[in-house]
Amino acid sequence: MNIHEYQAKQIFQKYGVPTLRGIVANTVDEAVEAAKELGGNIWVVKAQIHAGGRGLGGGVKLAKSIDKVRELADEILGMTLVTHQTGPEGKLVQKVYIEEGANIEDELYLSVVLDRAAEMPIIMASTEGGMEIEKVAAETPEKIVKVPVDPAFGFQGYHGRELVFGLGITDKDLQKKMIQFASKLYQLYMENDAEMIEINPLIRTAEGDYIALDGKMGFDDLALYRHPDIEAMRDISEEDPDEREAGKYGLSYVALDGEIGCMVNGAGLAMGTMDTINYMGGTPANFLDVGGGANPDTVAKGFEIILKNPNVKAIFVNIFGGIVRCDRIANGILEATKMVDVNVPVVVRLDGTNAEEAAVILEKANIKNIITATDLGDGAKKAVAAAKGEL
Amino acid sequence: MSILVDKDTKVIVQGFTGKEGTFHADQCLAYGTQIVGGVTPGKGGQEHLGKPVFNTVKEAVKATGATVSMVFVPPAFVGDAVMEAAAAGIELAVIITEGAPVRDMQAAKAAAVKAGMKTIGPNCPGIITAEECKIGIMPGNIFKKGKVGLISKSGTLTYEGANQVVREGYGISTAVGIGGDPIIGLSYKQLLPMFEADPDTEAIVMIGEIGGDLEIQAAKLIKEQITKPVVAFIAGQTAPKGKRMGHAGAIISGTAGTAKEKMEALEAAGVKVVVSPAEIGKAVKEVMEARG
Repeated sequence: MNIHEYQAKQIFQKYGVPTLRGIVANTVDEAVEAAKELGGNIWVVKAQIHAGGRGLGGGVKLAKSIDKVRELADEILGMTLVTHQTGPEGKLVQKVYIEEGANIEDELYLSVVLDRAAEMPIIMASTEGGMEIEKVAAETPEKIVKVPVDPAFGFQGYHGRELVFGLGITDKDLQKKMIQFASKLYQLYMENDAEMIEINPLIRTAEGDYIALDGKMGFDDLALYRHPDIEAMRDISEEDPDEREAGKYGLSYVALDGEIGCMVNGAGLAMGTMDTINYMGGTPANFLDVGGGANPDTVAKGFEIILKNPNVKAIFVNIFGGIVRCDRIANGILEATKMVDVNVPVVVRLDGTNAEEAAVILEKANIKNIITATDLGDGAKKAVAAAKGEL
Repeated sequence: MSILVDKDTKVIVQGFTGKEGTFHADQCLAYGTQIVGGVTPGKGGQEHLGKPVFNTVKEAVKATGATVSMVFVPPAFVGDAVMEAAAAGIELAVIITEGAPVRDMQAAKAAAVKAGMKTIGPNCPGIITAEECKIGIMPGNIFKKGKVGLISKSGTLTYEGANQVVREGYGISTAVGIGGDPIIGLSYKQLLPMFEADPDTEAIVMIGEIGGDLEIQAAKLIKEQITKPVVAFIAGQTAPKGKRMGHAGAIISGTAGTAKEKMEALEAAGVKVVVSPAEIGKAVKEVMEARG
């Protein structure tokens, strides 16, 4: 689960990670009130969406008067912001964060993520603030300082030293501030079961302070049960409604832009099915894992979600029955076709436990849209042909 | 012969009396696995599925001599359970449970490594040595005995792969589902050399997916150490970037972790890479025939 910048900064403040003062606003009037409350003569109006690249997309703008805050809030609220992370369809801006200005001397980068190879969190820092870190990693990898921290022993002095000397910070006071900044960030990463924290840029002000100018946080979904305060930060308008609906039924769904709907048990086989459709000359319309407990209700829900997509010209149901018996799934499909109006051809491949009984059930039912297949390759081939209207 | 487990392996079940633990322990017993007892705190002294129940892993190990634990405890308790197994001297913990927090698995894995305990999973189908020992949730009947070793991040692709191998007239020595979470136990890097050393394994199927770089490491190792033929499939060639595909670890971040990158690395290491899982059986047949 991801959260907004303003929410990440609330967490930062709780842990003493320096941020600028700011207030979130849902309307233009609230934005103006926020600017007045913050005072001063310079404000930044920042679109709050779950995607990076907001500045380049026109979602972060500077105002030097209250009137300008009003004008910018009016412009940004309700706009569809397109960035390199939103996809071409963009994201609707429903909130803006009004933040005080700062005297920026330097821009750095700091993040904490899980290093899967080292199997521990790693702090990454770079002097190249404001740039995409992937780009820095590809072009000038020597400019990234990497400090893995073993949670069994925690953040030690040498972690801090590696970090500040790696960044070329020589001033004693600044060294101390940066080490504190990073150690607090590591602490809040661990205590909140974060998946990643990224601050880009982290600024050094003319006054000699390090401040998180941006803040991006993602959390381990599987650990949210022990963090109700973080769960409460969930913004469902940022999530894909179909993926969310699917999740309620224990289905894992991701929409794609092809023509063949897929319903599969198991994530690996679901991806393998998409790949096979592609290999046979078709295009998958979605990833859908019905999980181990497929039953008539979940299969019906799966059909419903797949068929919401107007591009779907055929559906490929690919189940390898293990503990789940194929005859039960065949019955599930029959039940499902009674609950949902399935108006495209459905290619069904049921293999594994009780596959023969399943074939008999489907044959006897003799439903016009159902085409049976003997194995994965055969099923994918038939689904591709069906989508082209050749079956 | 086989790797890691065989007909003599003594197994206990952590989370023995729960719904999942009971169902699958029963299936494993029916397959012939030597399940010698189980652990459910507070139920020590009882009998379940005709086997003794213990309060702690330490007691279970002392009383039964078990060396392997099959872990079915709920996600919130997996970290604790794995650490307990490690502290009790278990040699291999097979963690079936899905949904354990990453931080907990990180700590549990570190504890296991420190204690010298191997782990498989979490969120995996387990390990099976065909017709001898099944420790996990896979349908045992599709794994006919033979000379092909199998390593897979995905459960259903393990079944798909094994099924195709058997349909081509071959069989499985040992199949290991390693799971697709960000932190996992034994991986290609440890398992490939075990299959290389196993006299009864003649070819290896490895099934990977997008995310992380375990397959890239495997490619390097294959090039240097593995002489037996390897057939590989990498799931997720058509997966979009930045989207999590079911498994917690199956995500392409930036430009890293793509199927293409992994397939190219494996091909360069001399692996027979197939573009669809439907081709696994055929590819195994080819490499086995070439081997003679």
